[in-house]
Amino acid sequence: MVKISFISLFSLLIGFISSFSTNINATIIHSERSLYRNIIVEDKAQLRCLKFNVKHRKSNQSCFNKSNPQKLVFNYTKLLFSSLLLVDQPKRILIIGLGGGTMSNTLHQLFPDVAIDNVEIDPAVIAVARRYFSFIENDTIHSQVQDGRIFVKRAILKKQKYDWIILDAFNGDYIPEHLMTKEFLEEVKGLLSAKGVLASNTFSVSDLYAHESATYHAVFGDFYNVRNTANTNRIILTQPEGLSTPEKMALRAEALEDKLSPFGINIHDILKSITSTEQLQDWPDDTRLLTDQYSPANLLNEK
Amino acid sequence: MGIELLGGRILAPYFGSSIHIWGSIITIFMLSLSFGYLAGGKLSTKNASLTKYGSIFIAAGITILPIALSSTWIMESIFLAVEDSRYGSLLASMALFFIPTVILGMLSPYSVRLLVKDKNESGKVAGVLYFVSTLGSALGTIITSFYFVLMFDINTIIISFSCTLVLLGMTAILLNKFSNPSKVYQNPQVGDQAHG
Repeated sequence: MVKISFISLFSLLIGFISSFSTNINATIIHSERSLYRNIIVEDKAQLRCLKFNVKHRKSNQSCFNKSNPQKLVFNYTKLLFSSLLLVDQPKRILIIGLGGGTMSNTLHQLFPDVAIDNVEIDPAVIAVARRYFSFIENDTIHSQVQDGRIFVKRAILKKQKYDWIILDAFNGDYIPEHLMTKEFLEEVKGLLSAKGVLASNTFSVSDLYAHESATYHAVFGDFYNVRNTANTNRIILTQPEGLSTPEKMALRAEALEDKLSPFGINIHDILKSITSTEQLQDWPDDTRLLTDQYSPANLLNEK
Repeated sequence: MGIELLGGRILAPYFGSSIHIWGSIITIFMLSLSFGYLAGGKLSTKNASLTKYGSIFIAAGITILPIALSSTWIMESIFLAVEDSRYGSLLASMALFFIPTVILGMLSPYSVRLLVKDKNESGKVAGVLYFVSTLGSALGTIITSFYFVLMFDINTIIISFSCTLVLLGMTAILLNKFSNPSKVYQNPQVGDQAHG
């Protein structure tokens, strides 16, 4: 009896494992435990993906299509290009949170003369981006191992300005808490050129959503939300001296259309997915702001 | 422990959340506790009294106040002076946490001195004391990290810790005044706060 149950248990286990592997059908080509997280590089058919956390369903940090590296895979990476509707030809771009470096590579292909600074806290992520994601570095594209907050503080001291700042720093769960506070956003605002744009990749569908929105609103005033129903990502677009008007954005969309389509980006669709908080404020007025003093962001995100 | 935990939060805006932040904080706490134990033991050999014991609490309560009140300019000047965030965070932890943690560390050996009446009992007393103070640390850690940060500003939490320490110190001093001087009363809960 014991033997039978053991065998049935065993076969169940085998069945479970094999169904698991056939369902996923992905090969892990690299995995390591870095100082900050688990890093997994996975190949699945034509896709190569970088993951930080095995269990999390939204854990893909960066993917690229091996047979067509130009085509952007992620919806949110495409949505980030909405920023170009708010700014004319950026000269200096700052990316906080490297991932596989796909954003930096794409921007380099689009604007070969633009200076791009990538800031990443984890040296292992930069190494993986170089090795598995053909992350390009040259005279104009740099990467630096540093906490995003410190980079911003030091850059302000050096009186630097950026035309486009992309905030895409994630730990295993969400954006690190000290990169969500009012004080931090004020620092980032000080680093933007007058007509520059900040694009923050967020995906809160939790209690945090209201706090996050209220904090951005307190620092920048009204902002644009960019999202489509395909997933829960929301890009927040803000500008230090008032947002570009819809008319101006429509003009820029016309000009960008042909340039962006090779990357799988339909800028007109993206334009349609932009809403302003001026028309729709979807959080209560009395929402508590996230500050350096009060930022239990990851706890709120659980709710 | 509550303060140690908040330390990570306090330093993050200036020194980031890299792994060396925790290295700095834990190093400084361990270093200052070790000096505190030594100093507390030494002090307990000279006319130990509940009044002196209470004064240590009050001193600890006062010296943690700068963590709330002047941390910004302290961290800002260190941030400007030291480029490397490892040494920056180490210096900042030193400036903010060293003195209060030394004083808090003094409480443990001093409590042993006040509680031990009979040398046969000394091991038991020390055991109970370690039990209470380490349990208190565990509670302080979980309550601070799970609940306090959801409800209050960091400064509010620090100032409440400070007030609690001062109140406990005053209680000890008053107890000493009003009770029979020959009978040293000791509330074990007081020891609990030593690492709180």
